[in-house]
Amino acid sequence: MKDTTEKPVLLTMRDIHIDGRSEETWSPIIKGVDLTLRKGEVLGLIGESGAGKSTLGLAAMGFTRDGCRISGGMIDFDGIDLRKASETERRALRGKRIAYVAQSAAASFNPAHKLIDQYSEAPVQHGIMSRAEAERDAVELYRRMRLPHPEEIGFRYPHQVSGGQLQRAMTAMAMSCRPDLIVFDEPTTALDVTTQIEVLAAIRDIVAQFDTAAIYITHDLAVVAQMADRIKVLLRGDEVEEADTRTMLSAPKEDYTKSLWAVRSYARPVQPPVTEGIPVVSVETVTAGYGAADILKNISFDIHKRRTVAVVGESGSGKSTAARVITGLLPPRQGRVLFDGAPLPADYRQRSRDQLRQAQMIYQMADTALNPKLRLRELIGRPAQMYLGLQGKALTERIRDLLRLIELEPDTYIDRLPSELSGGQKQRIGIARALAAEPKFIICDEVTSALDQLVAEGILKLLDRLQSEFDLAYMFITHDLATVRSIADEVVVMQNGRVVEQGPKPEMFQPPHDPYTELLLSSVPEMDPDWLTRLLKEREKKAGKG
Amino acid sequence: MSAIWTMIAKRLGLGLLTLFVISVLIFGATELLPGDLAKNILGQSATPETVAAFRRELGLDLPAHTRYLNWLLGAVQGDFGTSLANKRPIADLIATRLGNTLFLALYAAAISIPLSLMLGVLAALYRNTIFDRTANALALSSISFPEFFVAYILIFILAQSGLFPSMSRVDPDTGFAETLYRTFLPALTLTLVVTAHMMRMTRAAIINLLASPYIEMARLKGMTPMRVILHHALPNALAPIITVVALNLAYLITGVVVVEVVFVYPGLGQLMVDSVAKRDFPVVQAVALIFAAAYVLLNLTADVLSTLSNPRLIHRK
Amino acid sequence: MNVLITLFWIAVAIAGAMAAGWLFRAAAVALTRGGTARALRTAPVTAGFGMLVILLYVLVALFAPLIAPYAEREVVGAQFLPWDSTHVFGTDNLGRDTLSRLIYGARNTVGIAFATTALAFAMGAILGLLAATVGGWLDQILSRIVDILMAIPALIFSLLLLTIFGTSVPTLILVIATIDSTRVFRLARSVALNIVVMDYIEAAKLRGEGLWRLITREILPNALAPLVAEFGLRFCFVFLAISALSFLGVGVQPPTADWGSMVRENAALITFGDVTPLLPAGAIALLTVAVNFVVDWMLHRASGLKE
Repeated sequence: MKDTTEKPVLLTMRDIHIDGRSEETWSPIIKGVDLTLRKGEVLGLIGESGAGKSTLGLAAMGFTRDGCRISGGMIDFDGIDLRKASETERRALRGKRIAYVAQSAAASFNPAHKLIDQYSEAPVQHGIMSRAEAERDAVELYRRMRLPHPEEIGFRYPHQVSGGQLQRAMTAMAMSCRPDLIVFDEPTTALDVTTQIEVLAAIRDIVAQFDTAAIYITHDLAVVAQMADRIKVLLRGDEVEEADTRTMLSAPKEDYTKSLWAVRSYARPVQPPVTEGIPVVSVETVTAGYGAADILKNISFDIHKRRTVAVVGESGSGKSTAARVITGLLPPRQGRVLFDGAPLPADYRQRSRDQLRQAQMIYQMADTALNPKLRLRELIGRPAQMYLGLQGKALTERIRDLLRLIELEPDTYIDRLPSELSGGQKQRIGIARALAAEPKFIICDEVTSALDQLVAEGILKLLDRLQSEFDLAYMFITHDLATVRSIADEVVVMQNGRVVEQGPKPEMFQPPHDPYTELLLSSVPEMDPDWLTRLLKEREKKAGKG
Repeated sequence: MSAIWTMIAKRLGLGLLTLFVISVLIFGATELLPGDLAKNILGQSATPETVAAFRRELGLDLPAHTRYLNWLLGAVQGDFGTSLANKRPIADLIATRLGNTLFLALYAAAISIPLSLMLGVLAALYRNTIFDRTANALALSSISFPEFFVAYILIFILAQSGLFPSMSRVDPDTGFAETLYRTFLPALTLTLVVTAHMMRMTRAAIINLLASPYIEMARLKGMTPMRVILHHALPNALAPIITVVALNLAYLITGVVVVEVVFVYPGLGQLMVDSVAKRDFPVVQAVALIFAAAYVLLNLTADVLSTLSNPRLIHRK
Repeated sequence: MNVLITLFWIAVAIAGAMAAGWLFRAAAVALTRGGTARALRTAPVTAGFGMLVILLYVLVALFAPLIAPYAEREVVGAQFLPWDSTHVFGTDNLGRDTLSRLIYGARNTVGIAFATTALAFAMGAILGLLAATVGGWLDQILSRIVDILMAIPALIFSLLLLTIFGTSVPTLILVIATIDSTRVFRLARSVALNIVVMDYIEAAKLRGEGLWRLITREILPNALAPLVAEFGLRFCFVFLAISALSFLGVGVQPPTADWGSMVRENAALITFGDVTPLLPAGAIALLTVAVNFVVDWMLHRASGLKE
């Protein structure tokens, strides 16, 4: 953390108002936010979805997305009034003095051009370097961003480079004109935790090396703690508070900030491991995959009544494929799935209606999991009608009960469409639909990863309560170790289609670990601002020893 | 790279197979003719002897698959048999007319392709301005007009005043400049019809991409709108644009029928319509086969070209 | 000069059309309530004009016998009479009243095109949805058949089939509908494929829902908006195709009043500077323009709502 209070001011935004158009009317997205950034300073912008972080970050470049407009306020970048400047003047600043790093590097690199061509574009078009100079410079910056094979990597197309490397190449590209300010818009959100570390370290170093000022936008508090000198918290287009990073972490003033900090500490009491009795679901030596490749390789685990088994892994680990095998969408090549001790037919089409009823699923994206054209009455009522034969009044009563269970007022909600609900409410409907079948076992596939922290916590608490109320067994698929910590009884760690470690949660979070579990656990950012520095030192030491 | 060649070879094979199935369909269609073909042509009053002689002459006494093979082998070598109407070899009838039709199609393509790509890019660049809205409304109207409507309006406006001939009579002796002049109205009609379509699709293909993050990135790198469109959007919009250009070229070759009839232009389309009216089956079959082959070939070319325009397919991981 | 005068009248016509579209939209907004009114208020003037024209055509088609001054096939005077007060648009090549034939043409031409589109849609949409939902060999077989049929240019294919099967109205409808249903199949299938990959379809399958319910309750409601827009586009295409065939003499046969054939029968007049043959052609153009304007607005709305 550096002290920048003595440095000259680079960017000043005063009383910024930004509107977004929905149908025919303009509604406010940013409602009068101030922002000051000094040279070489990193400001963290945090908030939940809809807080207006990205909109504000882009406004710092004098840019608004289609359907948005800056309706009030002043933006001064190093003496240039960005709102009064012409589009040509603003264009001359973008890429040259203010650069942008987007959330998804894979989508933000043009698929038709090589990386190095995209690197050279800004310096050449802005007339700073010749093409040859820009290419030499690219190699130098790729090296500084610790990209493998810096001399060659630029001559690849974006689809030939992995996500973490692309994100670093994009940061290098943003640096190409040595800008005074870079806006980082959730640069690591789409990455796995183990990849995230490398990108965070590379970004932090390069920003420090060139003394570049940055606005670092993220929803992840632990990440922002590593990157920012100061933190500004936004809520629905308004500023909640702003302070230097350490003060903000140790002594937040506002209730909203405190509640954000508190989410991370939620944990339910651990239940003792079950050693006897028949497990509800038992996956036995399953190997499965698509085409020639095996995605799951000989995996086994059990799930008992009233217990939550968290299946943890990064993308590509095969955790969702395991769910597809259990539900019967992907028949395994070898092995089998037992339910209450009896083998289930491999293909869901061969399963009886009762077998289908017993195992339900809740999806990650509630948006795509609920038919947008059906009302809640039918969405929730259909399983009850199908499996339990409920009709007419009894059915309506059951739907109302289910809505009450998920804490939604029946009279208000029963005839709504999914589009008339918030993200958290939609996920609750997903839960109610699963409950309507009166199952014994529910697969929760990343059910909280698309939700904001506070909302996610509500969902976890609800699932927890329902488990004890209805004796449910949960299989909880997630990549987020914080979620595992708060709800799991047992943990299964997967990597490349294999189970690398499994056992009761308290054991899993205590050393000794399997090396991959160790890597995974140590890569989860912590709220301590010194965590990244410490971790990198530790890893360096270990590598030196090895 | 070898993956690409395998893919192209597969497409070619599939194209040939398609063409084969189409030839079976075209040939087989006449077999579906209710009643006897010979009687159908000669009429009910024909004596059994004449009918039998006619059947022999047409080879109708042979089994269907033998006739099909003979027909296909002949067609591959450019021999399509003889016309029922005037007993001349079909190949002779087709030869000059095919050239005329191709000439007219190329004429229209040479004007419409550059024009529509330019208009499409401009409409995308100046989207939602008066220029874009006007171009769109005009294009939409032009697509909605039946070709003969466009053709007759052009005749009414341009041929009435004697600027251009309303009939495009050409023969092999007509000079090139004279041919261009005489066929200007049919070419213009075709141009108006296909330009609108291609322009709309080009605009849509580009605008579809403008919401992509990499376009926003280019804008945030301070690139001019023109460069964003030409350098960032256009290379990624090539596949749909190539497809639509090929579709319209195919349309130019096969869809000229109406225009040829209006302007009395001696092309394949007119021949086909005449033969349909005379129920001259061998000619109809031959022309249909040629049209279908051109169509398949163009679509195949478009398919291969748009594959080649995709860096994800050319530069494998 | 001729050109300038024509351009002037075109400008006047466009201005008039826009004004009519604006008025119609205002009236429609006033007469409807809720979501419909809100949707109409944001409609462009072109869409308002399109809806007005479609409404007029439907009315003329329905009440043709009441509106037309003479019968459809009645010879009322000499051939090619000029425009006057008894025969507003003169008479045709056989001495029939052009205005009356135009009015009956609305019924015949539009009716046949509509029936054809409806049939093409029934076939194409059902098979397309089925292919996407069931997948596997059924999808393979249907898609390959459609690929082959679509590899033959539509106009050429219809000319070939009409030569063989003759040119009665039922044959015409069947032939064009079959050819056109391949295009509907493609669209319905691709729309449904985008829906089939959704989690809610997976959920419905895992729930044990049957094929019928999957298609009617889960897929169809979500595919409806693009399919309705496509219906408009297909109608235009079919309408133009049938008119072209009639114009070529292999479509709707005389003495039935049909716009395409009317152009063909009276085309000779155009070289004498008489615009009468342009009237039926214009009638065709006006309706397709109108439908396209409405469809364009619907597609725009559908894509706008998605974001």
